[in-house]
Amino acid sequence: MIAYILRRLLHMIPLLLGITVISFAVIHLAPGKPTTMTEAMNPKFSPEVRQKLERLYGLDKPLHIQYVDWFKRVAKLDFGRSFLDSRPVMDKIKERVGITLAINILAICLILAAALPIGISSAVRQNTLYDKFFTVFVFVGFAMPSFWLALALMDFFGVKMHWFPISGLKSLNFEYLSWPGKLIDMSSHLVLPVFVSAFGGLAGMSRYMRQNMIRELKMPYIYTARAKGLPEKVVIYKHAMKNALLPVVTILGLSVPGLLGGSVILESVFGIPGLGKLFFEAVMSRDYPLIMAELVITSILTLLGNMLADISYACVDPRIRYKKI
Amino acid sequence: MLIAIVLLFSLNAVCYAGDQGDAFVSVSIGDARTLIPILASDSSSAEICGLIFNGLLKYDKDIKLTGDLAESWDVLDAGLTIVFHLRRGVKWHDGREFTSRDVEFTYNKLVDPKVKTPYSGDFEKVAELEAVDDHTVRVRYKEPFSPGLSSWGMWIMPEHLLKNEDLDISDFSRRPVGTGPYKFKRWLTQDRIELEANSEYFEGRPFIDRYVYRVIPDTATIFLELQMENIDSAGLTPLQYRRQTDSGFFRSRFSKYNLPSFGFTYLGYNLNNDLFKDVRVRQALDYAVDKNEIIKIVLLGLGRPATGPFAPESWAYNKEVLARHFDPAMSKKLLAEAGWHDSDNDGWLDKGGRVFEFTIITNQGNEQRIRVAEIIQRRLEPLGVKVKLKVIEWSVLLAEYIDKRDFDAVLLGWSLGREPDIFDIWHSSKTREGEFNFIGYKNAEVDRLLNEARREFDIDKRKGYYHKAHKMIYDDQPYMFLYVPDSLQALHKRFRGVEAAPLGIGWNFIKWWVPLSEQKYRMKQ
Repeated sequence: MIAYILRRLLHMIPLLLGITVISFAVIHLAPGKPTTMTEAMNPKFSPEVRQKLERLYGLDKPLHIQYVDWFKRVAKLDFGRSFLDSRPVMDKIKERVGITLAINILAICLILAAALPIGISSAVRQNTLYDKFFTVFVFVGFAMPSFWLALALMDFFGVKMHWFPISGLKSLNFEYLSWPGKLIDMSSHLVLPVFVSAFGGLAGMSRYMRQNMIRELKMPYIYTARAKGLPEKVVIYKHAMKNALLPVVTILGLSVPGLLGGSVILESVFGIPGLGKLFFEAVMSRDYPLIMAELVITSILTLLGNMLADISYACVDPRIRYKKI
Repeated sequence: MLIAIVLLFSLNAVCYAGDQGDAFVSVSIGDARTLIPILASDSSSAEICGLIFNGLLKYDKDIKLTGDLAESWDVLDAGLTIVFHLRRGVKWHDGREFTSRDVEFTYNKLVDPKVKTPYSGDFEKVAELEAVDDHTVRVRYKEPFSPGLSSWGMWIMPEHLLKNEDLDISDFSRRPVGTGPYKFKRWLTQDRIELEANSEYFEGRPFIDRYVYRVIPDTATIFLELQMENIDSAGLTPLQYRRQTDSGFFRSRFSKYNLPSFGFTYLGYNLNNDLFKDVRVRQALDYAVDKNEIIKIVLLGLGRPATGPFAPESWAYNKEVLARHFDPAMSKKLLAEAGWHDSDNDGWLDKGGRVFEFTIITNQGNEQRIRVAEIIQRRLEPLGVKVKLKVIEWSVLLAEYIDKRDFDAVLLGWSLGREPDIFDIWHSSKTREGEFNFIGYKNAEVDRLLNEARREFDIDKRKGYYHKAHKMIYDDQPYMFLYVPDSLQALHKRFRGVEAAPLGIGWNFIKWWVPLSEQKYRMKQ
């Protein structure tokens, strides 16, 4: 197993290198330069000033030299400074990563908490009215644009009912609140974003669970269990559910890179300083160091996530083992 | 009698005294980038820097230059030398005294090739700056340059805190120290920036204790927050101004302001394209498009037709230039004079075998502009002019079309500064790649007027030059000048002392106040 993990890790190195070369080329070949984007159509910023800025950013050098410079820095774990505000890219990512992770993890927990029971109960009551109701319900959530749902909830629970704050993470008097007060304040700010974030993901997971469960319930071992006279609850929740949950582990592993992606729409609508908005702005303003840092981090996480999914699968499913061939 | 006079005066004092306290919560869709004044080029950074720092000069409510850190200034040697006499007793927020060395330091950083400031172009014509004594600064120019005066509105930075710092990586960018009415308090990235009143401000302590600048990237959310009274002021769209704020609740809590903006929207022709070389054709297109119709449909009536390159509130704007009225018949006549006829009866005008057909390009993400382009297309069709529309992502539009001059006509807008110098947009020397006369406008007389206006410090004489240039440019029609949109704003009613002026409503912000009984936020010390 350890040899397998090491081999997978070693394979990641050339893969990562390839990803960075392609990303670097694509990003730099896209039309528009950081200097044009930040100072676009402002007569104060003459072409001479733009040229000066390009020189100071190192953008006047040939692309391969720029890549080598960038790679040397990254090898020392320095992702450089943002073109927009000259702050270290990693600082900018670090100060936003917490909230994006928190919202995504809370949303995944909420999705699991809702999707598993919905999926299992729908599978057990396949093709009944109950099953059909939840099919419609989760697909409405899937089809509904998240910005629309967010605004509708903000209007109802915020403007009309005054139950929840509608944007930001902290109230203006946050610093004067007690410790529990601060916790309540932040939690109340998170209710709507987490709910909206989870609602869209409910359909996928619950349908997946339902399908797995239906498949498992048709397996010979279920018939055997029933024939043995085991109570239906034990058959469903102990035998069938345990196996139906296995593929969910894979999905969780694959969602690791997504945890950091953040959602541009959700973060914009709720005014949350998360990573999605940061990366979106970086792309729109051609902030190359920040875009590259994001791509490298997401690539590493995707590769690690895949590996993690494979390993955990092997751990929970005795049919899969990694052996030397 | 004496007692009566004293009583009268004290009563007067009571009437005009503002209560201190409360907070003003403003909002923006983007966070500031840096609070180092000479690096701040985005509007959010500029708004915050404007409260923390001062320049030597500033604009008064009528958009005339007045002293800020400079008490007065003299223009000598026919404009070659400007001497600034600085205010005495001005203190930085950390208690140090402001002197001419700070001005010298700021200037040196502005012209330092290693500093990433976009503002260095403003100071290219300065030959030398000298701190004569602690409170006098002498600036010598290579040639007289009147727009240069306004560039001394550039915020001055403290030498004692920055002389050993690399501005690129300095902590000062997130913890600034200035001389302005508000002191920096805290910055929660992408969430809010908080400032507090500077009790030693040289123009007097601001009445509002706290200034909170919230960042909410979505305009719909901003509007909801406004309705919840969590923000005190926000810009409104025409739809919000006309309809969505037309409720009893909103009227009782908010005042709405409607002032002409410092910008205009236009259709710029590529004058190197044969189609647009004849001035009669450009004038014909102008007659064919009803600007009032566009304003009514797109801006819900909240704007006015544009007639030239200046903001209507600017002293450079020539009020005698009147917008052409909508006249399709005149349009047809002019096009016929220019040789455009429908010779093959296919419904489209042609000349020498070429159909009158062109493409309007505009940027993605601006619904107003797309609608304007559609109206223009619809108005030109009955004349036999075929118009296609292309909506392009902003960066691609700039890099692939504007910079490469690869367009027929472009629908864009200019946001203008308070200084009316339009040299960079209209002078024939500014047509190289990356420069702003991208339509290729060349008029020797306009060139002369713009040159003269730059060398002249007498505002009346400058006005004369600009008024003439305004008329000539409008007659030439290198752009179809479309409209000047109104700047629409909502402000919470608890704020008193607000006065709308040509400069906007925020010009006297430090005099705004909230009666104690209506104060919403209390600051714990």
